[in-house]
Amino acid sequence: MSAATSSPTALKTPGSDSHSGPTLSLTLKIWRQKDTNSPGELKTYEVKGISTHMSFLEMLDVLNEQLVQKNEEPVAFDHDCREGICGMCGVMINGQAHGPDLTTTTCQLHMRKFRDHDTIVIEPWRAKAFPVIKDLVVDRSAFDRIITTGGYVSINVGSAPDGNAVPVPKENADQAFDAATCIGCGACVASCKNASASLFVSAKVSQLALLPQGEPERVRRVQRMVAQMDKEGFGGCTNTNECEAACPVGIKVENIARLNREFLRAKMITR
Amino acid sequence: MTADASTILKSRVPDGPLEQKWDNCKNHMKLVSPTNKRNFDIIVVGTGLAGAAAAASLGEMGFNVKSFCFQDSPRRAHSIAAQGGINAAKNYQNDGDSVYRLFYDTLKGGDYRSREANVYRLAQVSANIIDQCVAQGVPFAREYGGLLDNRTFGGALVSRTFYARGQTGQQLLLGAYSSLMRQVDNGRVKVFPRREMLDLVVVDGVARGIVCRNLVTGKYETYSAHCVLLATGGYGNAYYLATYAKGSNVTAAWRCYKRGAFFANPCYTQIHPTCIPVTGDYQSKLTLMSESLRNDGRVWVPLKQGDRRAPEQIPEAERDYYLERRYPTYANMVARDVASRAAKERCDSGFGVGDSGKAVYLDFSKAIARDGAETIRKKYGNLFDMYAKITAEDPYKSPMRIYPAIHYTMGGLWVDYELQSTIPGLFVLGEANFSDHGANRLGASALMQGLADGYFVAPYTVNNYLGAKKPPIVGTDHPEFLKALEETKARVGKLLAVKGTRSVDSYHRELGGILWDYCGMARNEAGLNAAIGKIQALRTDFWKNVRVMGTPENFNQSLEQAGRVADFLEFGELLALDALTRKESCGGHFREESQTKDNDTLRDDANYSHVSAWQFTGTPDGVQLNTPALHKEPLSFEVEKPTQRSYA
Repeated sequence: MSAATSSPTALKTPGSDSHSGPTLSLTLKIWRQKDTNSPGELKTYEVKGISTHMSFLEMLDVLNEQLVQKNEEPVAFDHDCREGICGMCGVMINGQAHGPDLTTTTCQLHMRKFRDHDTIVIEPWRAKAFPVIKDLVVDRSAFDRIITTGGYVSINVGSAPDGNAVPVPKENADQAFDAATCIGCGACVASCKNASASLFVSAKVSQLALLPQGEPERVRRVQRMVAQMDKEGFGGCTNTNECEAACPVGIKVENIARLNREFLRAKMITR
Repeated sequence: MTADASTILKSRVPDGPLEQKWDNCKNHMKLVSPTNKRNFDIIVVGTGLAGAAAAASLGEMGFNVKSFCFQDSPRRAHSIAAQGGINAAKNYQNDGDSVYRLFYDTLKGGDYRSREANVYRLAQVSANIIDQCVAQGVPFAREYGGLLDNRTFGGALVSRTFYARGQTGQQLLLGAYSSLMRQVDNGRVKVFPRREMLDLVVVDGVARGIVCRNLVTGKYETYSAHCVLLATGGYGNAYYLATYAKGSNVTAAWRCYKRGAFFANPCYTQIHPTCIPVTGDYQSKLTLMSESLRNDGRVWVPLKQGDRRAPEQIPEAERDYYLERRYPTYANMVARDVASRAAKERCDSGFGVGDSGKAVYLDFSKAIARDGAETIRKKYGNLFDMYAKITAEDPYKSPMRIYPAIHYTMGGLWVDYELQSTIPGLFVLGEANFSDHGANRLGASALMQGLADGYFVAPYTVNNYLGAKKPPIVGTDHPEFLKALEETKARVGKLLAVKGTRSVDSYHRELGGILWDYCGMARNEAGLNAAIGKIQALRTDFWKNVRVMGTPENFNQSLEQAGRVADFLEFGELLALDALTRKESCGGHFREESQTKDNDTLRDDANYSHVSAWQFTGTPDGVQLNTPALHKEPLSFEVEKPTQRSYA
């Protein structure tokens, strides 16, 4: 439609349509579950006239608007920032956590990734440690409890030295940043056959292991966080690396290797 | 409509020279002894930068803190989405920065409508914030020597902005969240996620607790404390399309307003110049592209009206870099309100681009040619990726299309110098209060203010309040708690009882449209009067025809949204009324009747150098009769005398 988008140099994502492109008719199979203790089931819905420029959640908004008009209860799903950073959204889309687009949260997935008359299966994260609350909403408070056991530096307000008192090599700061970008969405757990939280835990352990500020609590941190991860009922890591493929912010499995090193190191230097 | 302001609105700014006020204040505060702190309960609502930082700091001091948020985890609060950076007067770049300069830039940026002493304190504590965050393990950008890097932001001629790629808010929030969770580990803080505050409980004129709804079970819960801290963010979602999170709302602040807290300057809204334009009616939110992009991106439109050629086909000589042309000193880095209005003016005059004509270009070709695509990727990679994901266009190859959108609200609950509202015992922090940004906020100042309030101001002033007042224990079995609980239940019940035909979302969209059209980037008397009428009619219709699905005692997102929209429908009218009453232009509040010959804001210091604070004057069950009462806090500037703001 616009001059800008029809420009020959404007790069189109493969499979995308132009702005004036056709709309989609879709069949949605969505997990409906009343509450944690009730059984759930997949229900089928039809939506029409879906613009390819909609986000996946905007497509669900259209469905919910339709359900309200029919006096049916809308589909419950978690979401908040809708710009890929808060980590609140996340569903299994055709068996893939956050859907088919790499390094993309559900809210940033756009309908141009789908084709007319596609059937899309939408389910909540499946993991023992993430019980379903309703429909597509799960309880991820286990992640908070893991952070509580050591995902921090013990520094009280008022006692910090000058920000430039301790130089940090740029490479370390950059690697720590890459690990620190974890949004805590749970896609790594949902995509893992063991429902392991290793990628999530390793991201925080790595961030703080790479920085001098994390040094004093390095041993205690990794031991307590790993123990809590086990206690919450997450499975073990068997290095299939599905978590990295599903991670919407590209957290690397090398962090899991670092987690293992940190854990081993802690075992060796403590009695 | 007016009342004698001086007797009611005591700003409690301490005596002494500007640079000594905060120290004087701290030196004379009452303290709670270390062993006695555990006997005080504090409620903190909201877990963004201000709320998480305050809850963590008060926990570190030894108080019992209860921390509430509506999200599933404290880490989700929308501070997380701030991209560009945080200002601090460190002068690490040796470019002549100082506390005074940061203070001056912030005061000028706010168009002399903020409280001078608050702004100075903000600049003073800014340096401590960076130290605190570095010590928490926040991975700020660094130079090869290992020291902290800085970038430049709008409205400033120095590099004082600290950043973590384009995700500074995320890193600062996760830092504050980690401190919060450490206090959970230490047993000083208890977190209550998926709870929505639906009322404030006031006992004998003092804030003593809250009513909330457990969003999982749908059950109502009451909590009592010795004081309540509100850090519930801004009200920009009144406009529906905004860069806010979908859940951001005015409900907690509005409930406090209805219990007697004054609402200050609601018409001061910030419209951010660089957002991705609207593409369709289904649009659920707008996404910001960080202002930091203006360091390397150049804003332009075609010189010729209605030029539909692709940007690459428009030769250099036929482009109008209008910010560089009009503001040679600050060029692309002018303050946000100035850049937004200029974009609107170009588009309204027929020079806009894109299919709607409601966009301007933000072009990186010169920077990419100069520094290489790799350098640009390192600085802004995640922002370029986000743009490409949303628009399916590659900003490394063609310029971005941007348009202004609602991004921040400077107005909020009125607070004194100690961040206490007009209800004793109710403190308001961060974006939820009004005090530091005047009529326009400079970039990289929101993170600064949230953390300043949370780490360095409220912990002291709350300590002082508890030390001085020693409020007696009140339990949730007190009649005022039971009364507030019943009123909340009745209000929620009313929403479900309407059983109309129209969805909640459709009302919200319509309200947003009214506010954007009549109370957006340009406002005038006739339009604001029309807006007030339309909002009243829409509100009446809402209570007749809204359809809220489901039951109350259940996880029910429809019901959550309905309650928020019901409050926006009341609040929107106050926003328009405030805009109508302030007949001058200042910062982001542009009254068409009050402009310079160059279409710039024209302040009226003789008549409007004051804070407008509104008092609810309705019936006890919450119906506003006539208009709320307007109180004024006069603004005086001892050190920096107001001048006509110029970025030329």
